[in-house]
Amino acid sequence: MKPLVAPDIAGGRLRRWMLGSAAGLLLLAAGGCATVPPTAGNNPADPYERLNRQVYAFNDHFDRSLAQPVARGYTKVVPRPVRDCVGNVFANVGEVGNFINAALQLRPGDAAADAGRFLVNTTAGLLGCFDVAKGMGMERNRQDFGLTMGKWGLPPGPYLVLPFLGPSSLRDAVGEIPDYYTDPVRFVNPATDYYITYGVRFVDRRAQYLDASNLVDDAALDPYEFLRDGYLQRRRSRVYNGNPPPAADYEDPDSPPADAPAPLPAGGKPPAQ
Amino acid sequence: MTLQRSIRSCALAAGSLLLVIAAGFGGPAAATAADAVAETTPDTMILKLSTEVLEEIRADKAIQAGDFDRLQKLVNERILPKVDFDKMTRLAVGRAWRTATAAQRATLTEQFRILLMRTYSGALSKVTDQSIRLRPSHGQDDPKDVIVRTQIVASQGDPIGLDYRLEKTDDGWKIYDLNILGVWLVENYKTEFSQSLNQGGIDNLIQALTQKNQKLAAAAKS
Repeated sequence: MKPLVAPDIAGGRLRRWMLGSAAGLLLLAAGGCATVPPTAGNNPADPYERLNRQVYAFNDHFDRSLAQPVARGYTKVVPRPVRDCVGNVFANVGEVGNFINAALQLRPGDAAADAGRFLVNTTAGLLGCFDVAKGMGMERNRQDFGLTMGKWGLPPGPYLVLPFLGPSSLRDAVGEIPDYYTDPVRFVNPATDYYITYGVRFVDRRAQYLDASNLVDDAALDPYEFLRDGYLQRRRSRVYNGNPPPAADYEDPDSPPADAPAPLPAGGKPPAQ
Repeated sequence: MTLQRSIRSCALAAGSLLLVIAAGFGGPAAATAADAVAETTPDTMILKLSTEVLEEIRADKAIQAGDFDRLQKLVNERILPKVDFDKMTRLAVGRAWRTATAAQRATLTEQFRILLMRTYSGALSKVTDQSIRLRPSHGQDDPKDVIVRTQIVASQGDPIGLDYRLEKTDDGWKIYDLNILGVWLVENYKTEFSQSLNQGGIDNLIQALTQKNQKLAAAAKS
């Protein structure tokens, strides 16, 4: 694919996103609207929890007041087959990144499968509108640069919440940059088409996760923590291709070491914590 | 010669008769034994349970129309007996469990059960054309504690990984942890619970869980 936009202009867009984010953060800093628990920053995986919670509050506000309503409107107005087609087209474009990363991970089999999927879906699937390859038993294998670095042994580093993009880590945030530069949507021209394409993709993605975000709200005592721990666990699992070594202790407190205190009878006062 | 032949044919007939008898009596017996074995392997238990629950949801017009109480009833009847909530709560609470009183333990387990069942029902209420597929799981050396890997497959979108951790008890296989998209629930709740426990001990966690459930119940009613 030949770049239709000079890299410096594309870089300008990245700068604009950064500028926009910085402006949003400044607003946040001025407002200070997030509630930060006193224990913030105690978790070694999340040393920047105070800042992260501010960004999270900003994202949440943006999501509830703009992204979610638009996504809901989109699912109401646009019929399901059309939405499926839109999602499939973007997923098919994403095969370019999947292919590059599979190759960088030295997984020629996966890379060949990604290329195969792309060819089949672009031709028989009418420019990706239909996921024909899936019907042929070829599952999509989503990859990104953060995962590639993880598979090469780079730890995630501190947890970060990125403005608009959401949960990330230092490693995955750095991975966003090559992901951005290898994203074919970047080459859409002229600028208005580019913004429309980006906007539609954003709404499409948000619409796909409407149910999931309700689920997090329902399940979590603290959605920030729930999302953070879920993100870190999921990324770790994906770095190990779905078979991570057991993380935390699965120690059952009911089978304690010999010197542990016996459980207290009902009504008894537990010792001070 | 003829005697020999007749003996042989007689033996043959007897043999056939034995086979028929075996087919008539032993056959069903053998089949039920095989069924019982199949029932007790965690893989088939999970596959059977989830397939049946999905089918029941699809067949139930009231659930399809959004009758949440009915869905919860189905979940309570079918899934609840297969889950070891005591163990799930113990693991998620961690160390602090040892210092909890019996009453606190009971309340924690009860509130955690309500929260999980509500969330799980919420996820199930989105069921449309999904089906469940077993994924191979390997490297399991403990015959009494296994992971069953499944995938939710739908016509649209990528498959969703859904794994179960089960333990063999006297009462059959019991689920005690659930993994959605690479996230183990017990591990995720463990961090959340420890936050609450650090702030105000077991009573604080009980309060947080109870308030959460009350809020969800109120939201469901409105």
